[in-house]
Amino acid sequence: MTDKQYAVILVYSTNYALRAEKVLAKAGISCKLIPVPRHLSSDCGVCIRIERANQEAAFRVLEAARVEMQGVHEI
Amino acid sequence: MIYFDNAATSWPKPPGVAEAMVHFLNHVGANPGRSAHRLAVDSGRIVYNAREAVAELFNAPDPLRVVFGSNATEALNLALRGLLRPGDHVITSSMEHNSVMRPLRALERQGVEVTVVRCSSEGFLHPPDVESAIRPNTKLIVLNHASNVVGTILPIAEVGGIARRYNLLLLVDAAQTAGTYLIDVEADKIDLLAFTGHKSLLGPMGTGGLYIGERVKLRELEPLTRGGTGSRSEFEEQPDFLPDLCESGTPNAVGLAGLEAGVRWVLEQRVDEIRRHEVELTQRLIEGLSAIPGVTVHGGHDAQRQTATISFNIKGLSPSEVGLRLDEEYGILCRVGLHCAPAAHKTIGTFPAGTVRFGLGVFNTLEEVETALEAIRQLAQEA
Repeated sequence: MTDKQYAVILVYSTNYALRAEKVLAKAGISCKLIPVPRHLSSDCGVCIRIERANQEAAFRVLEAARVEMQGVHEI
Repeated sequence: MIYFDNAATSWPKPPGVAEAMVHFLNHVGANPGRSAHRLAVDSGRIVYNAREAVAELFNAPDPLRVVFGSNATEALNLALRGLLRPGDHVITSSMEHNSVMRPLRALERQGVEVTVVRCSSEGFLHPPDVESAIRPNTKLIVLNHASNVVGTILPIAEVGGIARRYNLLLLVDAAQTAGTYLIDVEADKIDLLAFTGHKSLLGPMGTGGLYIGERVKLRELEPLTRGGTGSRSEFEEQPDFLPDLCESGTPNAVGLAGLEAGVRWVLEQRVDEIRRHEVELTQRLIEGLSAIPGVTVHGGHDAQRQTATISFNIKGLSPSEVGLRLDEEYGILCRVGLHCAPAAHKTIGTFPAGTVRFGLGVFNTLEEVETALEAIRQLAQEA
């Protein structure tokens, strides 16, 4: 199933998304900033897409970097 | 031509600054933090990278606590007007620029109590004088890191220690030092640091900002402006987190692209190396000027205790006359007069006539200093 391999992390501000991109890259977790999927509500227009397998690791990194997360959705 | 007006704005800029701005305009262009298409994200990254570079320079742990604005003046207004309420007491020094004094005088009319601690005639601050000015309702201490008139460096880390002991906030105006003197917001115990991008950070005009430390309660910080932030768009209330709380409207992303390049250049050259070079030039200039009959050099006469900004007067010549002749006859560009800091001039005894100010920068050379000394020797001899 290729359409369920990702998760998106929603954040309150693009500034958090940009910080997330940096700290995840530094931790070796690949991610991509994408427009928030239409069916998900969010405050800012951009969210962080990661591979589902990396969810927990990504959480730890983002929490340590104090990126406030609004929610996580599998897509 | 010799450019000795770096205390007003640095020039020239290092390689990469103009290029970064041209690249932004020609290849990025989009509004950072608004849309989610690739150019908007690229634009957002550029602004974020500038935040990160500034945070690295000041050893600030969280880049998102660096709030961008137009210049140090705006940052100082944000901090002062954002934090002080009628009934609060604030302490400052007699060496401040009008970017601090004017907002404080306006706040004073609204019921904020202001104490101006007197500095020595050389421009130095005695930290115990700050401590003895503290009252039960004191909330904030605001100091420039270095005088824009005579370059004297104030002991901010010591005052930071006092501020922590009394649970006060310390706001530092780093317009004259950021990029040319080591600043560590943690070690120096700085709660708020106002900086400008166009001086020793070597970026373009129209960039600057405020670092807001963890001890500042964001609920008590009133932003200067409110508006669109690209975040929490479904609410009509301003976001309560940084930097969005204090950054409304489209930012100067093209300027910030240039600022990042300037700060990266400073980081590569190393602040301590830039400082070493400027101390060498400053020491030579102080010694050379002091040896010329009829020339009075203001400040501490010690390059180690000041920035590369030197103020002096020539007996029998008004500062404006000196400025004009240096420009027209010698191609030396400097600033003369009161330098937007009447209190500082009163402190050092040069009010209202003002001074001739040489603001040296990282790109100046010893040879230029010698040329300028020769010019001053001739002017003083003829006076």
